[in-house]
Amino acid sequence: MSRLLALYAAAIYAFLHLPLLILAIFSFNASRFTIWEGFSLRWYRAALENPQLLETCWNSLVIAAAATLVATCLGTLCAYGLWKRRSAPMAAGLYISLVTPEVVMGISLLAFYQWLFRYLDVRPGLHTVVAAHVTFCLAYVVLVVLARLRTLEPALEEAAMDLGATEWQAFRRVTLPLLGPGIAAAAMLCFTLSFDDYVITSLVAGVDSETLPMVIYAMARRGVSPVVNAVSTIIVFGLGILVLAAGRLQRA
Amino acid sequence: MEPVLELRQVSKRYPGHEAVRELSLQVPRGALFSLLGPSGCGKTTTLRLVAGFEQPTTGDIYLNGVRINSLKPYERNVSTVFQNYALFPHLTVRGNIEFGLRRRTAEAERRVRELIELMHLEGKEDRRISEISGGERQRVALARSLAVAPEVLLLDEPLSALDPKLRKQVRAELRSLQRRLGVTFVLVTHDQEEALSISDLIGVMNQGRLEQVGEPREVYRRPRTRFVASFLGAVNWVDGVGVRPEATRISSAPPTADVGSIPATVRETIFLGNCIHVEAELEDGEVVVAEVGWQDGRFARGDRVYLWWDRADELRFTE
Amino acid sequence: MLAPAAVWMAVFVAAPLGVVAAYSFLTRGPYGGLSEPWTLENYVRLADPLYLRIVARSFRIAAVTTALCLLLGFPLALFLARSGGRKHLLLALVILPFWTSYLVRTYAWMFLLRDTGLVNTLLVEAGLLERPLPLLYNEGAVILGLVYGHLPFMVLPIFAVLERLDRSLVEAAADLGARPLETLVRVVLPLARPGIVAGALLVFIPCLGAYLTPDLLGGGKTVMVGNLIQSQFTAARDWPFGAAVSLALMALVMLGLTVFLRRGGERFL
Repeated sequence: MSRLLALYAAAIYAFLHLPLLILAIFSFNASRFTIWEGFSLRWYRAALENPQLLETCWNSLVIAAAATLVATCLGTLCAYGLWKRRSAPMAAGLYISLVTPEVVMGISLLAFYQWLFRYLDVRPGLHTVVAAHVTFCLAYVVLVVLARLRTLEPALEEAAMDLGATEWQAFRRVTLPLLGPGIAAAAMLCFTLSFDDYVITSLVAGVDSETLPMVIYAMARRGVSPVVNAVSTIIVFGLGILVLAAGRLQRA
Repeated sequence: MEPVLELRQVSKRYPGHEAVRELSLQVPRGALFSLLGPSGCGKTTTLRLVAGFEQPTTGDIYLNGVRINSLKPYERNVSTVFQNYALFPHLTVRGNIEFGLRRRTAEAERRVRELIELMHLEGKEDRRISEISGGERQRVALARSLAVAPEVLLLDEPLSALDPKLRKQVRAELRSLQRRLGVTFVLVTHDQEEALSISDLIGVMNQGRLEQVGEPREVYRRPRTRFVASFLGAVNWVDGVGVRPEATRISSAPPTADVGSIPATVRETIFLGNCIHVEAELEDGEVVVAEVGWQDGRFARGDRVYLWWDRADELRFTE
Repeated sequence: MLAPAAVWMAVFVAAPLGVVAAYSFLTRGPYGGLSEPWTLENYVRLADPLYLRIVARSFRIAAVTTALCLLLGFPLALFLARSGGRKHLLLALVILPFWTSYLVRTYAWMFLLRDTGLVNTLLVEAGLLERPLPLLYNEGAVILGLVYGHLPFMVLPIFAVLERLDRSLVEAAADLGARPLETLVRVVLPLARPGIVAGALLVFIPCLGAYLTPDLLGGGKTVMVGNLIQSQFTAARDWPFGAAVSLALMALVMLGLTVFLRRGGERFL
């Protein structure tokens, strides 16, 4: 029986990984058709020379970096607070944010911004996108950091305070360093989520705050383009490394 | 009469470790056979080999004269009572007991009913496993294994999970159950008192080897190796000869009859309630324990005495 | 400690949802904006067969996806639980692709399934087909994409339960005469139920609100609730109706969440 299971598992692994592998392989295809005509880097060159792709990629990076910074700070503090004292309303809020479909979160922010812009003269731009990204990343950060906190001995902070540290010092000098890997892992996850987001971003982005996923989506909608293959491969590769690193850190 | 279970030169080797070495034994039908030994001696492995959860590296296992090496656990007509009982949490008491029944024949139903009665589980059939006590769980495990009418019932340390106070009582119940049903029991334990008190035969194991098989009396009074002697009870070693404390007597004067003896100085007397242990030091520094009756409180520390014993009680070994 | 996050959530989650709730009771203005009167009209519109069809389709797709994930995921979880020392590595290999780009992964299926895609090209070249099969832009492709994206959510909770399963229970079943398949059905499956239920909820609920997958792989022909909502806020410009649909979806999602938490699902997160 276990032989059968192993074979089945192999098939499932193939199912899970082959699509991306095939995409990657064909990104090196000299031909623009789905027939292999030799190895070529032309699509990568085309991608790297495309001004729209470069600009939106930069936007995505900036947004992801900013969102990660804010979300990680807010989320870490929040996780710490929850670890110290359970809060049903906060937990409820986080759960809601986790289960809310992306579309709904997107349109709700769109409606909110619209309503807000009647009273405050703020126009949609990078900052509104960053705010949206922070919002949907927050719960994930809390989840990861809280999981890490739960592996820590609660007595450690108490020991520090017993030796004369204030609560803040105990947090900064004992808990925070131990949390380090967990926070880093959460940050990487956050970056990944933010960089890849399409649905929410497309709803709240302004004209000059287009992101890479939005461009990819548009290109994909129009049909398959080998340039998209190349860009996709780069993205997957980059994010993959990030995720691996995050996983390593979480287990550290 | 053919033994119901036989192991011939069975060995089980793991990488870097030999758990069972060339073990041969025969279990007579209807007997309560105990495999006794310290942790790690291979007794549980032997049990698992008989049950079919492990395969022997070499050697053969016969059930009723039929070689069962290649049979899977569900193809062997032996049943195991696990140390942690392994009761199914999602089934009721009745659900557990009836689990192994292939078909709901009238015969099987009757057996189940009898077992429930025998195990004093009436009224509890519809309870969940989490709702019954530890002792009741053991009885459910027993009933479950007996319901499939096995040729041999294997029990892995059946008393170790129980409250110490319950053990003597459950021990006796186990014995009377076995006698009543006539089913062959093979029991694994590290408790020598347990093995001695209820077994028809004891097999003493040490480091994968079976050192001796025999009736309790035999194994206790005529141990074949040093290990068996010291595992089954206390032994005094005097000049390479073993004498049990209960066979060691004390007198103030040197004994005159043809008995073994040695002079010693009393170090300590320990009152144990039903007897007194007198610890005496020999000339070479060795400490020997003599067990005397509780009325015999004549000896005090520092007394020079003679320890003596019947030659017939001497345990001599060639190793 | 909690204050900053709480404020953020209040401003960016609660308030927006509140705005949406409010909008759902308004009416569409002449130019697509908002106007009085306050009405329940938008919710009533949901009962229109056109929209009910969309809701039914969403349920159907979510249900089929969940069933497929269960069928495909359970044996995988079983394999992982039994794979000894390597199990965490193997588990990571299942989760890894999931954490890269969802957009790219969906696009990969477009690349494979379209008329000039890899699958069709291979089959035509091999002479097995004369004309390419319409593998893309239909409900089947959407389900495939959703299964592909949500399989880890089914595998993880089931794996968590199976990993903790007492091995001696499996041995006891075999000892009592049950063959491997019987043991699976009579012992393992019932005990895996909490994981199965958690996995089912973790797949079904998100699938109800799916947007990107039906959009890209369904080609706009397979409209699910998520697509409906999105279109109301963009092309159709009927924000109040879109808001009403959103709230209805949120109600379902919240129901699912409650059931999930009641059954102690948070230990799987």
